[in-house]
Amino acid sequence: MAETISLEVLRYSPERDSDPSFQCYEVPLRKDWVVLDALNYIKDEVDGSLTFRWSCRMGICGSCGMMVNGEPKLTCATFLSSYAREKRPVRVQPLRYFPVIRDLVVEITDFMNKLQAVKPWLIRDQEKSPSEGEYIQTPEQLDRYKQFSMCINCMLCYAACPVYGLDPLFIGPAAIALAQRYNMDSRDEGAHERMDVLAQHEGIWACTFVGECTKVCPKHVDPAGAIQQYKLTAAIERFKSFLMPWALK
Amino acid sequence: MKTREARDTRQTVRYTEYHPRWYRAHVSTWWWLAGWPYLKFILREMSSVFVAWFVVVLLLQIRALSRGPEAYAAFELWLQNPLIVLLNLITQFFVIFHAVTWFNVAPRAMAIRFRGKRVPDPWIVGVNYVAWAAISLVVVWFLVRS
Repeated sequence: MAETISLEVLRYSPERDSDPSFQCYEVPLRKDWVVLDALNYIKDEVDGSLTFRWSCRMGICGSCGMMVNGEPKLTCATFLSSYAREKRPVRVQPLRYFPVIRDLVVEITDFMNKLQAVKPWLIRDQEKSPSEGEYIQTPEQLDRYKQFSMCINCMLCYAACPVYGLDPLFIGPAAIALAQRYNMDSRDEGAHERMDVLAQHEGIWACTFVGECTKVCPKHVDPAGAIQQYKLTAAIERFKSFLMPWALK
Repeated sequence: MKTREARDTRQTVRYTEYHPRWYRAHVSTWWWLAGWPYLKFILREMSSVFVAWFVVVLLLQIRALSRGPEAYAAFELWLQNPLIVLLNLITQFFVIFHAVTWFNVAPRAMAIRFRGKRVPDPWIVGVNYVAWAAISLVVVWFLVRS
């Protein structure tokens, strides 16, 4: 018989269960299988009721984020073989700090609202008409924000952030990093509009710089960096408004 | 001007109304024991208490110094109290821990650009350590000179 590996998957049915519980499955251990392949194997061959989100299988869509052995991971990029040597089963749980709808599916409306609150789009004081041509940008200007633009909204950073766990009002790593992505874009003029949301207590100042958001980010966005850099910007702006109120827009 | 969004996120966390029931895990008071990175974070935060104690000792020393040789001798005697020695040893550890952990995260907070390119992380960390070493050498020079 081929080699197998055990998966302990957290199951929760809102109709039947008052609390979630682990269910154990044996799946084939294949060198080229990721945790998501194992979950799909379970759904196709063992238990069709297992519920989870996934789409692209290639680390772009950001929908298959789960806790694997207590760490936030994209399950499409987490190989089963890296857990093969451990004696205990691989534990798969829904993303931490989010309410669970069913099995491994979490409620993300809160994140969606926060994403919108920071206005992650180009804001112009005066839109150019199409006949005037496009907004030109140099490679150097692109480089200033490119890292922050790589975010795929997978929310692993939220699951790594104890501040978000303890204070769900915190706007959170990804939303702030995306705000910075637009603040640092040479074509954008909306930084002062985002400041109201970012510079409040539940914005950057709730962050205590645990730094785990940056470590778990599968796209190397560095949200912790974005937040600390914005703290400096916000502090300078505050001093400016205090010392030179006439310089404000 | 406070925008509507700003006030809304302040008031409450909004979830969709289509899920009448879901499971929400309770965050344990001991969440920071769940892994070394979180424990390290809490230790780094706690180290500020010892940094504050270090500042208090320094201020007491300056006060003793300004009150003359007798007061300073009494201060030195107080420093030799085994409990104070133990506390200062722990403080020494935490002050170094505080400095090292903050130096290591400095590149996250400082995005310095030079000739259009971002200065690599090891350089920013390195400059902090070099400055630390240089200032320490000056202090040692002062101590050795006297």
